[in-house]
Amino acid sequence: MIVTTTKGEMDDSLLEKKEGVVDNDNENTTWVEYWLDGELVHRSVHVTLKKPTTYTVAEAASIA
Amino acid sequence: MANTQSMCTSFMGELMTATHNFGTAPIRAATTADTFKAALYLTSATVNASTTAYSSTNEVTGTGYTAGGVTVTNATAPIATNSSATAGVAYWTPSASITYTTVTLSTAFDAVLIYNSSQSNKAVSVHTFGSQTITAGTFTLTMPSNTTTAALLRLSTT
Repeated sequence: MIVTTTKGEMDDSLLEKKEGVVDNDNENTTWVEYWLDGELVHRSVHVTLKKPTTYTVAEAASIA
Repeated sequence: MANTQSMCTSFMGELMTATHNFGTAPIRAATTADTFKAALYLTSATVNASTTAYSSTNEVTGTGYTAGGVTVTNATAPIATNSSATAGVAYWTPSASITYTTVTLSTAFDAVLIYNSSQSNKAVSVHTFGSQTITAGTFTLTMPSNTTTAALLRLSTT
């Protein structure tokens, strides 16, 4: 597979691949890194947002 | 039958489509949906509930990233769902992932601001995630499902 890197397009067979996952209440995140001779040349991240932004609207006030 | 005090769920949905105006509203050029954008912010930024509009201050910079971010895909109109005499939810979610393709963002960032680029870049919402950097890669924000309980933006009465 061809990977876009800081050195240009490279075949992934030439690179060291590292992957990780973060999963919590707020997000599920996966990341992939490609390294060349100890140098990070590619890092992509995929975040899935879990926690909606909710605005709880106050009830209409009573008319006393 | 009985009457029940409540904010009307339809009203909440109509807030999302600018149907009601209790004050002074901007003059709209069209009845079509506004354009919303998504900008990324450094961990050193302070974007939160008090943010009123997009600013380039402490926005990420880097190869392949344009100030102001990317346009949010908005193919699904807000939905208002009533669940009882006193409760309901109006909600909206971008209809596609927000993607920054082939970028290098070397300084850590952890937030995205969604804002209305059709209305003076007024702020809509801030969403945070774990601190990230990108190197000659792609940053993708996948949206939650567009439901009453998970949608990205929800106005609710309980």
